[in-house]
Amino acid sequence: MWYYEKKLQYPVKVRECNPRLAKFLVEQYGGADGELAAALRYLNQRYTIPDKVIGLLNDIGTEEFAHLEMIATMIYKLTKDATPEQLKAAGLGDHYVAHDSALFYNNASGVPFTTAYIQAKGDPIADLYEDIAAEEKARATYQWIIDLSDDPDLNDGLKYLREREIVHSLRFREAVEILKEERDRKKFF
Amino acid sequence: MFTQFKYWKPYISPFDPCEPIRIKSYSTPPQLYIQFQPPGLPQYPTAKQALHCGTLWPDLFSPYPNPEKKGN
Repeated sequence: MWYYEKKLQYPVKVRECNPRLAKFLVEQYGGADGELAAALRYLNQRYTIPDKVIGLLNDIGTEEFAHLEMIATMIYKLTKDATPEQLKAAGLGDHYVAHDSALFYNNASGVPFTTAYIQAKGDPIADLYEDIAAEEKARATYQWIIDLSDDPDLNDGLKYLREREIVHSLRFREAVEILKEERDRKKFF
Repeated sequence: MFTQFKYWKPYISPFDPCEPIRIKSYSTPPQLYIQFQPPGLPQYPTAKQALHCGTLWPDLFSPYPNPEKKGN
Protein backbone atom coordinates (compact mmCIF):
# COMPACT_ATOMS: atom_id res chain seq x y z
CA MET A 1 0.00 0.00 0.00
CA TRP A 2 0.94 3.62 -0.25
CA TYR A 3 0.80 6.60 2.05
CA TYR A 4 0.00 9.90 0.41
CA GLU A 5 1.65 13.21 1.22
CA LYS A 6 -0.47 16.10 0.09
CA LYS A 7 2.32 18.05 -1.54
CA LEU A 8 4.33 17.90 -4.73
CA GLN A 9 7.80 16.33 -4.82
CA TYR A 10 9.15 19.65 -6.17
CA PRO A 11 7.19 22.89 -6.41
CA VAL A 12 5.49 23.63 -9.71
CA LYS A 13 5.13 27.19 -10.92
CA VAL A 14 3.87 28.46 -14.24
CA ARG A 15 4.35 32.05 -15.43
CA GLU A 16 1.55 32.41 -17.98
CA CYS A 17 -1.48 30.75 -19.54
CA ASN A 18 0.10 28.72 -22.35
CA PRO A 19 -2.04 25.86 -23.73
CA ARG A 20 0.43 25.26 -26.56
CA LEU A 21 3.13 24.35 -24.05
CA ALA A 22 0.61 22.11 -22.26
CA LYS A 23 0.07 20.26 -25.53
CA PHE A 24 3.78 19.51 -25.72
CA LEU A 25 4.06 18.62 -22.02
CA VAL A 26 1.32 16.01 -22.25
CA GLU A 27 3.92 13.81 -23.98
CA GLN A 28 5.34 13.19 -20.49
CA TYR A 29 1.86 12.51 -19.12
CA GLY A 30 0.45 9.90 -21.47
CA GLY A 31 3.26 9.39 -24.01
CA ALA A 32 5.33 6.28 -24.68
CA ASP A 33 8.25 7.46 -22.54
CA GLY A 34 6.15 9.45 -20.08
CA GLU A 35 5.81 9.21 -16.34
CA LEU A 36 2.68 7.02 -16.43
CA ALA A 37 4.42 4.46 -18.64
CA ALA A 38 7.45 4.54 -16.33
CA ALA A 39 5.44 4.07 -13.12
CA LEU A 40 3.34 1.23 -14.52
CA ARG A 41 6.36 -0.46 -16.08
CA TYR A 42 8.49 -0.50 -12.92
CA LEU A 43 5.78 -1.37 -10.43
CA ASN A 44 4.63 -4.26 -12.62
CA GLN A 45 8.12 -5.66 -13.17
CA ARG A 46 8.65 -5.90 -9.38
CA TYR A 47 6.87 -9.23 -9.06
CA THR A 48 9.17 -11.39 -11.14
CA ILE A 49 12.55 -9.67 -10.74
CA PRO A 50 15.19 -11.13 -8.36
CA ASP A 51 14.52 -9.96 -4.81
CA LYS A 52 17.70 -7.87 -4.59
CA VAL A 53 16.26 -5.26 -6.96
CA ILE A 54 12.54 -5.36 -6.09
CA GLY A 55 12.96 -2.48 -3.64
CA LEU A 56 14.59 -0.31 -6.28
CA LEU A 57 11.73 -0.82 -8.74
CA ASN A 58 9.26 -0.13 -5.92
CA ASP A 59 10.92 3.15 -4.94
CA ILE A 60 11.49 4.45 -8.46
CA GLY A 61 8.02 3.38 -9.62
CA THR A 62 6.53 5.27 -6.70
CA GLU A 63 8.59 8.36 -7.47
CA GLU A 64 7.37 8.26 -11.08
CA PHE A 65 3.83 8.75 -9.79
CA ALA A 66 5.05 11.82 -7.91
CA HIS A 67 6.48 13.08 -11.21
CA LEU A 68 3.20 12.29 -12.98
CA GLU A 69 1.46 14.47 -10.43
CA MET A 70 3.90 17.33 -11.10
CA ILE A 71 3.32 17.06 -14.86
CA ALA A 72 -0.45 17.01 -14.27
CA THR A 73 -0.16 20.16 -12.16
CA MET A 74 1.89 21.87 -14.87
CA ILE A 75 -0.62 20.98 -17.61
CA TYR A 76 -3.51 22.01 -15.40
CA LYS A 77 -1.97 25.39 -14.59
CA LEU A 78 -0.98 26.06 -18.21
CA THR A 79 -4.56 25.49 -19.42
CA LYS A 80 -6.69 26.51 -16.42
CA ASP A 81 -9.50 28.87 -17.50
CA ALA A 82 -8.21 29.03 -21.07
CA THR A 83 -11.12 29.76 -23.42
CA PRO A 84 -12.17 27.27 -26.09
CA GLU A 85 -10.79 29.75 -28.63
CA GLN A 86 -7.40 29.78 -26.88
CA LEU A 87 -7.35 25.97 -26.75
CA LYS A 88 -8.30 25.78 -30.43
CA ALA A 89 -5.55 28.24 -31.35
CA ALA A 90 -3.05 26.07 -29.43
CA GLY A 91 -4.02 22.98 -31.42
CA LEU A 92 -6.14 21.60 -28.58
CA GLY A 93 -9.51 22.00 -30.33
CA ASP A 94 -9.90 18.24 -30.75
CA HIS A 95 -8.89 17.74 -27.12
CA TYR A 96 -11.56 20.24 -26.06
CA VAL A 97 -14.22 18.39 -28.06
CA ALA A 98 -13.48 15.12 -26.28
CA HIS A 99 -12.40 16.27 -22.82
CA ASP A 100 -13.30 19.94 -22.21
CA SER A 101 -10.35 21.17 -20.09
CA ALA A 102 -9.87 17.82 -18.37
CA LEU A 103 -6.50 16.13 -18.48
CA PHE A 104 -6.24 12.88 -20.37
CA TYR A 105 -3.58 10.23 -20.87
CA ASN A 106 -2.53 10.81 -24.45
CA ASN A 107 0.68 11.92 -26.11
CA ALA A 108 1.44 15.32 -27.64
CA SER A 109 -0.24 14.20 -30.88
CA GLY A 110 -3.41 13.12 -29.05
CA VAL A 111 -2.79 9.36 -29.35
CA PRO A 112 -4.30 7.68 -26.28
CA PHE A 113 -2.03 5.87 -23.84
CA THR A 114 -1.58 2.14 -24.40
CA THR A 115 0.19 -0.54 -22.36
CA ALA A 116 1.82 -1.56 -25.66
CA TYR A 117 4.30 1.20 -24.68
CA ILE A 118 5.63 -0.93 -21.82
CA GLN A 119 6.97 -4.42 -21.44
CA ALA A 120 7.62 -7.01 -18.74
CA LYS A 121 9.76 -9.64 -20.37
CA GLY A 122 10.42 -11.69 -17.25
CA ASP A 123 14.15 -11.78 -18.04
CA PRO A 124 15.69 -9.48 -15.42
CA ILE A 125 18.45 -8.19 -17.71
CA ALA A 126 16.02 -7.45 -20.53
CA ASP A 127 13.64 -5.68 -18.14
CA LEU A 128 16.33 -3.52 -16.56
CA TYR A 129 17.79 -2.58 -19.94
CA GLU A 130 14.32 -1.47 -21.02
CA ASP A 131 14.12 0.62 -17.85
CA ILE A 132 17.48 2.26 -18.56
CA ALA A 133 16.39 3.00 -22.14
CA ALA A 134 13.10 4.46 -20.86
CA GLU A 135 14.94 6.82 -18.49
CA GLU A 136 17.23 8.04 -21.29
CA LYS A 137 14.27 8.58 -23.63
CA ALA A 138 12.41 10.50 -20.92
CA ARG A 139 15.53 12.62 -20.30
CA ALA A 140 15.70 13.45 -24.01
CA THR A 141 11.97 14.31 -24.08
CA TYR A 142 12.48 16.73 -21.17
CA GLN A 143 15.37 18.33 -23.05
CA TRP A 144 13.26 18.91 -26.16
CA ILE A 145 10.36 20.29 -24.11
CA ILE A 146 12.75 22.68 -22.32
CA ASP A 147 14.04 23.75 -25.76
CA LEU A 148 10.48 24.57 -26.86
CA SER A 149 9.49 26.29 -23.61
CA ASP A 150 9.94 29.99 -22.91
CA ASP A 151 8.56 29.77 -19.38
CA PRO A 152 11.49 29.98 -16.91
CA ASP A 153 9.34 28.96 -13.92
CA LEU A 154 8.10 25.87 -15.71
CA ASN A 155 11.61 25.05 -16.92
CA ASP A 156 12.84 25.02 -13.31
CA GLY A 157 10.52 22.10 -12.59
CA LEU A 158 11.37 20.41 -15.89
CA LYS A 159 15.11 20.61 -15.15
CA TYR A 160 14.49 18.95 -11.81
CA LEU A 161 12.54 16.14 -13.49
CA ARG A 162 15.25 15.73 -16.15
CA GLU A 163 17.87 15.30 -13.42
CA ARG A 164 15.77 12.59 -11.75
CA GLU A 165 15.81 10.62 -15.02
CA ILE A 166 19.61 10.69 -14.88
CA VAL A 167 19.69 9.45 -11.29
CA HIS A 168 17.17 6.68 -12.03
CA SER A 169 19.16 5.56 -15.06
CA LEU A 170 22.26 5.17 -12.89
CA ARG A 171 20.30 3.22 -10.26
CA PHE A 172 19.02 0.79 -12.90
CA ARG A 173 22.58 0.39 -14.22
CA GLU A 174 23.68 -0.42 -10.67
CA ALA A 175 20.88 -3.00 -10.47
CA VAL A 176 22.27 -4.69 -13.60
CA GLU A 177 25.71 -4.77 -11.96
CA ILE A 178 24.20 -6.41 -8.87
CA LEU A 179 22.51 -9.07 -11.01
CA LYS A 180 25.75 -9.65 -12.95
CA GLU A 181 27.79 -10.28 -9.81
CA GLU A 182 28.95 -13.74 -9.01
CA ARG A 183 27.17 -14.74 -5.88
CA ASP A 184 26.70 -18.26 -4.62
CA ARG A 185 28.80 -20.27 -7.06
CA LYS A 186 27.38 -23.48 -5.63
CA LYS A 187 25.64 -25.63 -8.21
CA PHE A 188 22.02 -26.27 -7.42
CA PHE A 189 21.32 -29.11 -9.80
CA MET B 1 35.77 -15.80 -15.46
CA PHE B 2 32.04 -15.31 -15.27
CA THR B 3 29.09 -17.67 -15.19
CA GLN B 4 26.42 -17.70 -17.88
CA PHE B 5 23.59 -18.23 -15.39
CA LYS B 6 22.88 -16.81 -11.94
CA TYR B 7 20.67 -18.32 -9.27
CA TRP B 8 18.48 -16.83 -6.59
CA LYS B 9 16.07 -18.06 -3.97
CA PRO B 10 12.73 -16.28 -4.12
CA TYR B 11 10.65 -15.70 -1.02
CA ILE B 12 8.03 -18.41 -0.62
CA SER B 13 4.98 -17.52 1.41
CA PRO B 14 3.14 -20.23 3.35
CA PHE B 15 0.08 -19.16 1.37
CA ASP B 16 1.47 -19.75 -2.15
CA PRO B 17 -0.60 -22.67 -3.42
CA CYS B 18 1.45 -23.52 -6.52
CA GLU B 19 4.29 -25.97 -5.86
CA PRO B 20 7.15 -23.53 -5.18
CA ILE B 21 10.22 -23.30 -7.38
CA ARG B 22 12.83 -22.78 -4.67
CA ILE B 23 15.70 -21.76 -6.89
CA LYS B 24 15.27 -19.59 -9.95
CA SER B 25 17.85 -18.73 -12.55
CA TYR B 26 18.46 -16.11 -15.19
CA SER B 27 20.85 -15.80 -18.08
CA THR B 28 23.84 -13.45 -17.87
CA PRO B 29 25.37 -13.74 -21.34
CA PRO B 30 28.95 -12.68 -22.17
CA GLN B 31 28.06 -9.30 -23.72
CA LEU B 32 27.23 -8.06 -20.21
CA TYR B 33 30.90 -8.43 -19.28
CA ILE B 34 32.57 -7.06 -22.42
CA GLN B 35 32.74 -3.27 -22.77
CA PHE B 36 34.27 -3.40 -26.25
CA GLN B 37 35.49 -6.52 -27.97
CA PRO B 38 39.30 -6.67 -27.74
CA PRO B 39 41.25 -7.27 -30.97
CA GLY B 40 42.68 -10.70 -31.66
CA LEU B 41 40.10 -12.63 -29.66
CA PRO B 42 40.55 -16.40 -30.26
CA GLN B 43 38.22 -17.89 -32.87
CA TYR B 44 36.64 -21.33 -33.26
CA PRO B 45 39.03 -23.74 -35.02
CA THR B 46 36.56 -24.53 -37.82
CA ALA B 47 34.11 -22.41 -39.79
CA LYS B 48 31.49 -25.14 -39.34
CA GLN B 49 31.74 -24.88 -35.57
CA ALA B 50 31.49 -21.09 -35.74
CA LEU B 51 28.39 -21.35 -37.92
CA HIS B 52 26.84 -23.83 -35.52
CA CYS B 53 27.46 -21.48 -32.58
CA GLY B 54 26.36 -18.34 -34.40
CA THR B 55 29.60 -16.51 -33.59
CA LEU B 56 33.24 -16.64 -34.62
CA TRP B 57 34.41 -16.24 -31.03
CA PRO B 58 33.91 -18.82 -28.25
CA ASP B 59 34.09 -15.98 -25.69
CA LEU B 60 30.84 -14.56 -27.10
CA PHE B 61 28.93 -17.83 -27.10
CA SER B 62 26.04 -18.15 -24.68
CA PRO B 63 24.41 -21.56 -24.21
CA TYR B 64 20.65 -21.87 -23.85
CA PRO B 65 18.92 -23.65 -22.19
CA ASN B 66 21.16 -23.84 -19.18
CA PRO B 67 23.32 -26.92 -19.78
CA GLU B 68 23.61 -27.46 -16.01
CA LYS B 69 19.87 -27.72 -15.65
CA LYS B 70 18.52 -31.23 -16.13
CA GLY B 71 15.34 -31.99 -18.03
CA ASN B 72 15.38 -28.97 -20.33
